Order: sequence, then structure tokens, then C-alpha cells
Amino acid sequence: MMTLASDNVRGQVTVRDLTKTFTINQKALTVLKGFNLDIRPGECLTIVGASGSGKTTLLRVLAGLEAADGGDVQIDGRSITGVGRERAVIFQEPRLLPWLTVLGNVAFGLEVRGEPRKQAEEWARRYISLVGLGDFGDAYPKQLSGGMAQRVGIARALTVQPEILLLDEPLGALDAMTKITMQEELTRIWSEERVTMVVVTHDLEEAVYLGDRVLVLPKERGGAIRFLDIDLPRPRDRSEPRFVKYREDLLREFGLH
Amino acid sequence: MTLQNTEKAILIGDGRRSFRRSFRANVEILNHPISLVGRFLSRYGVLLGFLLLWQVASHVGWFNSAVLPPLDTILVALWNGVVGGALLDDIAISLQRSGIAFLAAVVVAIPIGLFMGQIRAVDRALDPILQLFRQTSALALYPVFILLLGLGEASKVFVIFWATLFPLLLNTTSGVKEVDPKLIEMARVYGASRLTVFRRVVIPAAIPSIFVGLRLSATTALLLLIASEMIGANSGIGFQVMNAQYNFQIPLMFAAIFLLALLGLIVNYALVLLQKRLCQWSEVSN
Ligand SMILES: Nc1ncnc2c1ncn2[C@@H]1O[C@H](COP(=O)(O)OP(=O)(O)OP(=O)(O)O)[C@@H](O)[C@H]1O
Ligand SMILES: [Mg+2]
Repeated sequence: MMTLASDNVRGQVTVRDLTKTFTINQKALTVLKGFNLDIRPGECLTIVGASGSGKTTLLRVLAGLEAADGGDVQIDGRSITGVGRERAVIFQEPRLLPWLTVLGNVAFGLEVRGEPRKQAEEWARRYISLVGLGDFGDAYPKQLSGGMAQRVGIARALTVQPEILLLDEPLGALDAMTKITMQEELTRIWSEERVTMVVVTHDLEEAVYLGDRVLVLPKERGGAIRFLDIDLPRPRDRSEPRFVKYREDLLREFGLH
Repeated sequence: MTLQNTEKAILIGDGRRSFRRSFRANVEILNHPISLVGRFLSRYGVLLGFLLLWQVASHVGWFNSAVLPPLDTILVALWNGVVGGALLDDIAISLQRSGIAFLAAVVVAIPIGLFMGQIRAVDRALDPILQLFRQTSALALYPVFILLLGLGEASKVFVIFWATLFPLLLNTTSGVKEVDPKLIEMARVYGASRLTVFRRVVIPAAIPSIFVGLRLSATTALLLLIASEMIGANSGIGFQVMNAQYNFQIPLMFAAIFLLALLGLIVNYALVLLQKRLCQWSEVSN
């Protein structure tokens, strides 16, 4: 479905005047207020911001897991009302079903969407090799390391071939080494699958490494959001001066440099 | 986890050759006859010691062998009872009573438990009365059941059914309630309907907890079986325990008791085996 002629306009996200309020102990907490955002089709947008600034909330609204209190989220020009087939979410935890094998877990998304098991597993196998777990199709989640489990979660999301992939601190729980490998893999997958990616992260280096643009959420609620365009060719080199400069720019956004 | 399982997990989890080989070597050391005996003794040594003590004490006369007969006498009584056929009818009727009650409890409790766990309003409405029933000893209610159903089979089966119902019901319900909401949310992201979530996430996740209930219920079923057979029955293993004591056939009494213990062990073992087959993914403890 991603090779259609209209490919180049798919996976576009438009957020208009979005408001989201939570009630905590009978007190209203407005997390997002009059929030606007345009995400280009095929773009990789990374989102950073202080803890509690609403990154997860924004992502959950985009995913359709949380209803907005006001405003509108459109995908390819159509307002969303809930979860949708054109979107997939990768959470911070892999969220694998422990009673299914890797193959079963990766095929799960397609099966739930009505694909016959055989077909679903065929697709699943493809994406299991894409994330480098070709030999582990029959393993159970408890037999995997953290990084492997997260890759299974990523494969499951890719198998449904979404136009938009929403990731909430997908590598947050991984050690530094695994993280770097996975960042490289995410970049590779993103360019191979030509999917729009929205990545929430608290790791500024990761934000610069993955993103075409970095969205910086304001510290004070309702403040202005800022973008940082990352104009670097891929694959990116973390040690080159321009990369380091972008990272410092981001640090400055948080008043840390 | 058994050794074999560990080995399998490591082979799948880590394909590095050298690691595999060194692990094989360890397994071979453990298979050495002496360490095998050691392993057996560390597991069953205390049990064997207990049986040995019983046998010796009874023979030497440390206590009255008329009350605690030596093991060989008991085994002979057991052999005569089972192979000779004297106890076969009792075994059959006991199995029938507890089997019917247990199956009825499974058929009733699991669907209701799944339903209760899934729908909060049902759970809230039923919980108080279930707690009340559960806290009322089934044995205390047995006279009531006898009044209602007579002294025949029906009241016996029903009292066992009643007592086995609750562990199974409560464990099924809590199994459903404790399903990780993050997994349910994951399924929702892929567009799963409520029914699909129930079928593909909730039920599999609840199975280990259901098995806890099944094993508790099986134990309870045997307990209530004996109690009901000791009160106003003229057949069954429980009846034989009482009857043998009444007639001072002490070896036969112990034979019946051993039979009960054996039955409990077999049932538990069968359930553990079934659980291991169904839930390879989760740890199963005996
Ligand atoms: N379900 C909820 N109910 C009530 N309040 C919530 C809920 N989810 C989030 N909030 C509140 O919304 C605010 C933003 O939360 P959110 O999880 O979006 O932050 P975040 O930017 O993802 O933070 P972090 O970097 O720590 O993950 C927080 O103050 C939090 O207390
Ligand atoms: Mg968050």
C-alpha cells in the first residue's frame, strides 16, 4: 500500500488548535493548549521537552489513544476519531505477549486486522529479518534480551506497514551501546520503509541523530514551540562539528549550556 | 525450571558455540551416577528417612504397632484392597463424586469468572455475596444440603461442587483483572475489538491464574469428598477410612489414607503437566 502513486502525500499530520486537559485531584491540568503542528509526509520528527511537558500526551493523542478536548488532528486531510490503520505505535516497553513466539508477536498486528495467519506470518518473517532477528522466530519473549524484545516490538509495528510510526522513548530503556545500534537501525528502517516517523525522546543526541527536525516543547504550558532543522546528510556522524553544534543548540534551548 | 528447560532456553537465547559446548559439559557432569544419587537424595532423602523411621519404630515397638502398623502391613492391605478388588468400588464411587463436582465447578466457575473479571459492574454486584458464601464453610452448609437434597449422591456431589467453585471463580476473576493494561492498549492500537482483545489477550493472560484455581479446587474437592463420605455414606474411600477404624482394621484404614494421598498427588501432577503444556511461556512451579 505504500507504493501507490499518491505515495508522496501520504502520512501527513496536521494538528490544529489542540487542547488536552487532565483532571488530577479535581484540579484541571491543561497539558496542551492551542497547539499547532504540521508534520510532512515521510519526515522524521523528533520531540524533546522537559519531563511533564506533554510529549507522551501529544503522541497518545496522535495515536488516537487519548481523545482531545478541543481542536483537530488530521491525517492526510481527514480528522481522526481514534486509532487507525495508517498509524502504529512503538512504546517505551516492547509490550510483547509472553505466550506467543517472536513470530506470533510480530504477526499479531496483522492478524488482529483480519489478515489470515499464514499471510500474516509471511509478512512477519520479512520484518523479523529486517530487524535482524531472523534466527529467533521461534523464541519466546522471556528468552530475549531487552534490545531484542524492543526490536520485536518495532517489527510488529512495521509489519502492518503504517504510514505513520509513533514512537515514545523507544530506546529509553536500553544501554548506551544497544541504543546506538538501534538508532542506526531505526534510521535504516525509516529510509527503507519511507514512513513518517514521530519520535519522542529525552536524549538530545538521539533527537539530532534521528530527526529531520527537532520539536522543542516549551517549559511553561502554552508557551511557543520551537523547531530545530537538522541539515545533515545520513548516515550521520555524531562526532562531526556540525552535529555537536546542533546538540549544543538544543542544550541551550533548555538553558543548560 | 528443570535442567532440560534451562538448556533449551540457553540454546535458543544464545547461539554462541563455545557457550553451548561448555554448558553441555556441565550437564554431563550432573549426569554422572554419583551426583545423580546425590540429587535424588537431596530431594527425597527426608521423605525416605521418614518412611524408614516409621517402619523401624513400628517393628521395634517404639509405639503401639496396632495403632501405627508397619509400612509393609499397610502395603499388603493396600495391595489386597486394590488388586483383590475390595477397594475398587470405593475408588470408583469416590472418583465419580469428586470428578462430577469438579467438572461442574469448572464449567460454571470459569465462564462466570471470565465474565466477572471483564465487566466491572458484574464484579461489583456479585462480589459481596460471593465473599459471604466463600467465608461460610462448605461443611457447615452440608447439613443444609442434606436437608434439601437428601442423604444420597446429590448432596455429596453438591457440597464438593460448592467448595470447589470459589477458589476457581476467584482465581479466574483475579486473573482477568490483573491482565496488564499495557498489553490491552497495545492490541487496541492494532484495532482489536473488545472481543478480540478478550480472546487473544485476556484469556491467555489469565490461564496461569486459572490453573492456580484449578489446583486449589482439586485439593479442596478431595478434602470435601472425604468429609462428605465420613458423614452418612456407605461407600467411598472416606467411608472406608472411617469404617476400617470402626472395625479396628488399622492397616486397611492406613491403606485408604495412602490411597487418598496418592490420588491427590496424581491429580496435582496431571494438572501441573497440563499447565506446562499450555503455558510453556510462564514459569510453572510444582
Ligand atoms: N492519564 C493522565 N491522567 C492525569 N494526568 C495525566 C495523565 N497523563 C498525563 N498526565 C499529566 O500530563 C502532564 C504531561 O504528561 P506526559 O506524560 O505527556 O509528559 P512527558 O512529556 O511525556 O513527560 P516524560 O518526559 O516524563 O515522559 C503531566 O503533568 C501528567 O501529570
Ligand atoms: Mg513520556
